[in-house]
Amino acid sequence: MPPSNSPAAKTERLMNLVMTLLYTRRPLSRARIRETVEQYRLAPTDEAFERMFERDKEELRELGIPLATEEISAGWEDEPGYRIHARDYALPQIRFDADELAVLGLAARAWSHATLAAPAATALRKLRASGVEPDDEAFAFVEARLGTSEPAFGPLFDAVLAQAPVRFGYARPGEEAATRHVQPWGLTSQSGHWYLTGLDTDRGEPRVFRLSRISGKVTRAGKPGSYAVPADHDPVAMIRGRREGGRLDLVRLRVQSGSGNALRHRGIETAGDDGWDKVELPYSDPGDIAHELASYGASLIVEEPPAVRDAVITVLRAGADAHEEVGP
Amino acid sequence: MTPEGASGRLARLLSIVPWLVNRQGVDITHAAAELGVTEAQLRDDLELLFMCGYGSMTDELIDVSTEGGRILISNADTIAQPLRLTRAEALTLMVGLRALLGAEGVADSTVIERTLAKLDEAAASAGDVAGKVEAVLADDSAEHVREVVADALRRGRRLQLRYLVPARDESTDRAVDPMRLVSLDGRWYLEGWCHRAEDTRLFRLDRVEDIEVLDADGTPPAGARARDLAAGTFVASQRDPLVTLELRPGWEWVGEYYPTESLARADGVTTVTLRVGDREWVRRLALRAGGGVLVREPADLAAEVAGSARAALAAYGA
Repeated sequence: MPPSNSPAAKTERLMNLVMTLLYTRRPLSRARIRETVEQYRLAPTDEAFERMFERDKEELRELGIPLATEEISAGWEDEPGYRIHARDYALPQIRFDADELAVLGLAARAWSHATLAAPAATALRKLRASGVEPDDEAFAFVEARLGTSEPAFGPLFDAVLAQAPVRFGYARPGEEAATRHVQPWGLTSQSGHWYLTGLDTDRGEPRVFRLSRISGKVTRAGKPGSYAVPADHDPVAMIRGRREGGRLDLVRLRVQSGSGNALRHRGIETAGDDGWDKVELPYSDPGDIAHELASYGASLIVEEPPAVRDAVITVLRAGADAHEEVGP
Repeated sequence: MTPEGASGRLARLLSIVPWLVNRQGVDITHAAAELGVTEAQLRDDLELLFMCGYGSMTDELIDVSTEGGRILISNADTIAQPLRLTRAEALTLMVGLRALLGAEGVADSTVIERTLAKLDEAAASAGDVAGKVEAVLADDSAEHVREVVADALRRGRRLQLRYLVPARDESTDRAVDPMRLVSLDGRWYLEGWCHRAEDTRLFRLDRVEDIEVLDADGTPPAGARARDLAAGTFVASQRDPLVTLELRPGWEWVGEYYPTESLARADGVTTVTLRVGDREWVRRLALRAGGGVLVREPADLAAEVAGSARAALAAYGA
């Protein structure tokens, strides 16, 4: 047997406890459980056993194992008994076909390099246990990745599921990080970025936070279930319309022929005859679009609106000043 | 990734046993691959299971044999059914399936819908959290483009693309033998052997201006290797020159997104060095960042950035 305090010994103890409580047809008293599970029997004192057992019960429940506390029949009235009902434990027997198992594999693989790799893999093993072999060839050439390497993802995922308020440091580009208090509503991946939507309780307004801009630790700042998520919460719409209330404005550009191809794709273009074309492009935030437009340097000019024009000039000037200081 | 704890391992064991019980005599190497664990890990797991039971008598313990590399498992009836899906487990699969459903053209939507319906049934208790986590895999690429790529891959045909290279701001025509259809960081890519570059390339599908399946075999050359995408889409060569960038607050992502040779933080500034084959890419990144990304070296590239910015400012009379 591995040393009694090693992780392997603990896994073994938990496994024995699960099997014992699944096997029994009647709730078992603590004393009976201690007799049956070897590692409990070897506990040096009653207190040591009690501590271990309390922790173990908690861990099983966290894994979703339905540990039931029931009264033991007459004579033991004061003492609770424990068991796991197989009907509550077992995954409902639903038969997945080979092509369905394949598409489940594709969905699970999407998490394989992310925070949720382990639960995704466990879920897939459970659903594939039945003996039907997946038609994996069907998607051998497709690979989807839901990149979630941001350290904030794990704690926010838990907080969203538990409906627990959190606080974290958050920095918008070019600004110092400040602490924000949020009631998390949802986590959404859009255009390759994960966003948290929720109620910013300092501002009393719904807000969108990009996970990559969260700095430091995400800390719980309230009890689970202490608020409700609005029934009409639409994270995708919130992310699209953030800051501008969903309204998209148009920026008018003059773009040198042959350049700005990516912009032309997204906008409406009118060819000019002087080597410059007109392009109209929807945008939601002058600051965000200004950075993108600045990357084209002198191959485009912003005509309107002034807010975007000024923002582009600011970005270009900051870039020029900073790089002139580097010197040759 | 945090190391696996005792209860994490228990979750894995409880999911491995039912799979093995339904495949008595399965080859251990095959089992490890199918279960997504290493063979050494599977052997360790089996050894641990061998000591578990609902009592201490031999007939109360799980019996495991791996003789001849074949796994036989008995006396495991109590845990022969998989445990219900936890909310997190059900959610990962639901989010993945819904995202695939939204990216039309990639996979058969009727299969995905059938699977989602069954998953809903299998994980009834997870339904209440389903809407809380969502991933959008659809991007600005056209359904038609995704469909054509998927079709060429299934049939092993060559593709003809008209492709926009924004870093150079130009369109090019290429014949490509498709290898994979990949969604990475929210964008769909075709990975394939590009006959123009004579190398493996990733093509962002939203930059494909025109696409058709050619009546030609699309098997990539034997030497073509798919990339490990863990480091992202950006691939540098050791032959490329080094560039040193200073990243100000809000632009640190550059150091996380691209593979760096070195990375140091001091006084709120992150300094990274990376290998870059395309100076134009750095010039445009620096212009975009407006001082948020400062080119330290090479100095002539810094001067080029300053020159481009001044030329643009002159056009505004600023």
